[in-house]
Amino acid sequence: MADTTSSDIPTDSGTLQTADGRPLKAALATAQRSARNRAFYLVLPLLLFVVVTFIFPIGQMLMRSVSDPRFIEHVDLGTGEVTPIMVGLRTWFDENPAGTEPDEAAYAALVADLVHLREIRAQGNAGTRINYVYPGARSMFTGGARRAGRLEPPFKDAILDMDEDWADPALWQTMRSSSGRYTADFYLAAIDRERDAQGNIQKVDEERAIYLLLFERTLILSVVITLLTLILGFPVAFLLATLPLRYSNVLMILVLLPFWTSLLVRTTSWIVLLQTQGVVNDIAVSVGLITDESRLQMIYNQTGTVIAMTHILLPFMILPLYSVMRPINPSYVRAARSLGATSWTAFRRIYLPLTIPGIAAGSLLVFILAVGYYITPALVGGSRGQLISNLIAFHMQNSLNWSLAAALAGLLLGGILILYWLYDRLVGIDNLKLG
Amino acid sequence: MSGEFVVFDRVQKSYDGETLVVKDLNLAMPKGEFLTMLGPSGSGKTTCLMMLAGFETATHGEIRLDGREINNIPPHKRGIGMVFQNYALFPHLTVSENLAFPLEVRGLGKSDREAKVKRALEMVQMSEFGVRRPAQLSGGQQQRIALARALVFDPDLVLMDEPLGALDKQLREHMQYEIKHLHENLGITVVYVTHDQSEALTMSDRVAVFNDGVIQQLAPPDTLYEAPDNSFVAQFIGENNKLPAKVVSKEGDTVQVTLQDGKTCQALSVNCGAVGSDTMISIRPERVTLGASSGANATDGEVNEIIYLGDHIRCRLSVHGNDEFIVKIPNSADHPQLKVGETTQITWHTADARALDPI
Ligand SMILES: Nc1ncnc2c1ncn2[C@@H]1O[C@H](COP(=O)(O)OP(=O)(O)OP(=O)(O)O)[C@@H](O)[C@H]1O
Ligand SMILES: [Mg+2]
Repeated sequence: MADTTSSDIPTDSGTLQTADGRPLKAALATAQRSARNRAFYLVLPLLLFVVVTFIFPIGQMLMRSVSDPRFIEHVDLGTGEVTPIMVGLRTWFDENPAGTEPDEAAYAALVADLVHLREIRAQGNAGTRINYVYPGARSMFTGGARRAGRLEPPFKDAILDMDEDWADPALWQTMRSSSGRYTADFYLAAIDRERDAQGNIQKVDEERAIYLLLFERTLILSVVITLLTLILGFPVAFLLATLPLRYSNVLMILVLLPFWTSLLVRTTSWIVLLQTQGVVNDIAVSVGLITDESRLQMIYNQTGTVIAMTHILLPFMILPLYSVMRPINPSYVRAARSLGATSWTAFRRIYLPLTIPGIAAGSLLVFILAVGYYITPALVGGSRGQLISNLIAFHMQNSLNWSLAAALAGLLLGGILILYWLYDRLVGIDNLKLG
Repeated sequence: MSGEFVVFDRVQKSYDGETLVVKDLNLAMPKGEFLTMLGPSGSGKTTCLMMLAGFETATHGEIRLDGREINNIPPHKRGIGMVFQNYALFPHLTVSENLAFPLEVRGLGKSDREAKVKRALEMVQMSEFGVRRPAQLSGGQQQRIALARALVFDPDLVLMDEPLGALDKQLREHMQYEIKHLHENLGITVVYVTHDQSEALTMSDRVAVFNDGVIQQLAPPDTLYEAPDNSFVAQFIGENNKLPAKVVSKEGDTVQVTLQDGKTCQALSVNCGAVGSDTMISIRPERVTLGASSGANATDGEVNEIIYLGDHIRCRLSVHGNDEFIVKIPNSADHPQLKVGETTQITWHTADARALDPI
């Protein structure tokens, strides 16, 4: 402790040591450890909360998007007991390569498995699993299981008598790909792809291809919404940042006002405004802009989605912009003007570059929110204004194809992570200013 | 050119329509002059500068630059270099890009730009710093870059708003010297704003003392110090002893006054009213002689306090009823030895006692 002159600091082969001879680095690490531990214990509750409510469910969801084992095991809802199913058929798949014509042994295994399914009442679940990829399979499984006990060999003819579709190579391909624990089928389905009878990946029929279209529409609408919020929000944020406090406080309250109203109220009030017999159309007709017959369709389509979502997401653009603009000293622009720049040049060369962290943060925020938005498009989007999240919700709630929903959500998540990575590369995450 | 490069002609400025921040500004500057606006906070110095630069409009009156009325010319067309109080270097541009900015917006070619930027950096001895960002420079270095940026496009007129306010004393003195040096070498006209009087006195050709939106006195530093026109200037510049008094009689330049304690003395009539009116006698501490009993102004002073300052001794006396009368005694070999409580004889020349307006 006593000696602190540089020549007296004990050194051992070039590493600094403390007065009592311990390496300085180790001493520093000990000194910092307790502070770090304390910080860790303080955030522990939050960490647990996030793991339990966020990380774990997301992990489960991603898991489900590559695995739906309802064709290989049955979980009894009452006892929780797990029973392997389709054992015979899966053995046959293991022994024969993909594309093999199903022989009598395969059909025999199928019948035995169907009988087993009926015993443990798993035919509905197993059929549903196949039905996701091969529509109609569920009724074939329930019907087949009901009658399988009475079938006599040769099983192939007996089954085909029951339903011709059992011979469909596509069905066999589906059953084969479903008998693995992990499958990429849901991701394939999520990008409008399927496997043909030989297991090759191909596009689905034109009329069944909807997901890519929806992804594309989601992407385009989100970009449009982001641009609109930027164009509308930039001047407001600028005013907020430059007006005297007295006025800017009022303006700020107006910007925040939407947060105090329910999302549903805001969305439905757009319906009131925009519908064919709504306020906007009425006014336009009464001032003679349009005739009564040619009332504009502004809701239940993409226009409605864009208008309502732009309005709802506007604060998320304004606030980051404002927080970046507020500390920008007005003397920068003045300096530029005094140096000979026109007001436009001063804005473009000096002010705008200084607001880029805000523009990037606001755009990222609005875009990510828009990509995953659900309620507003569901209410005002009609059929042509639906976004991918509406379809995810559909698969979660109606078709109960959770794996497909998870695959769609996984793709969305991946896309957003890529965007985030791009942002980090281009702007730098340290520059992110959200409020 | 004559004395008419920058002209403020009966300029008034009000921000709120109720109070005048600049009341009646008349000022004419010849080309090449270094003029300082000096005054207490809120006296309207920055406002005047902003009107000249074009960021504020005069409510009334005319501002002329080189014979042209510039009231309606936007800032970027005035060709005035400006150094801001906080430097206002563009944080997202490097030092070189900052310097190139005024050249770029003037449409200069790349090679011209580079040559000028290089020369400007050399001028402020910052050649190695071209690639840095402003945030990577010290306060003094930023100040130099701001100066170089205001000069790089060869403006005739440069405005500086308290450019040295943020620097420590030593650096400030160094930069004062450098700015003065640049001014002399480049022959530019400078309007400089400060509220540091020593800065104003050392650097300027002329100083305009502002108070309350009015120029109190516009004069070279020595005149300002030795011959202040009014009590505010006498009080604001340097140290000053003030003795409230009443004019008894007037004889040419000299007035006879009665002081608070009933005694009389003589003073130079500068800015006092007719016989019978109140006045304020102003005497610089270093113009008072100790230990002399002759002359019209000889009087007694009781020593209240003695402060030893090395090169001189500061002595606080009670004179003519003023307990804060300061006398500076040079620390010469045979300087008078005083003790607290003792009464001593003091006197001053009539010409050094200026009868000014009463406060
Ligand atoms: N934008 C403005 N709006 C309203 N009043 C202002 C504005 N700018 C300055 N003022 C007022 O005008 C007066 C003069 O201000 P100015 O900035 O010119 O003072 P200054 O002499 O530069 O003072 P300082 O030495 O503190 O910089 C002050 O009373 C100030 O409050
Ligand atoms: Mg000022």
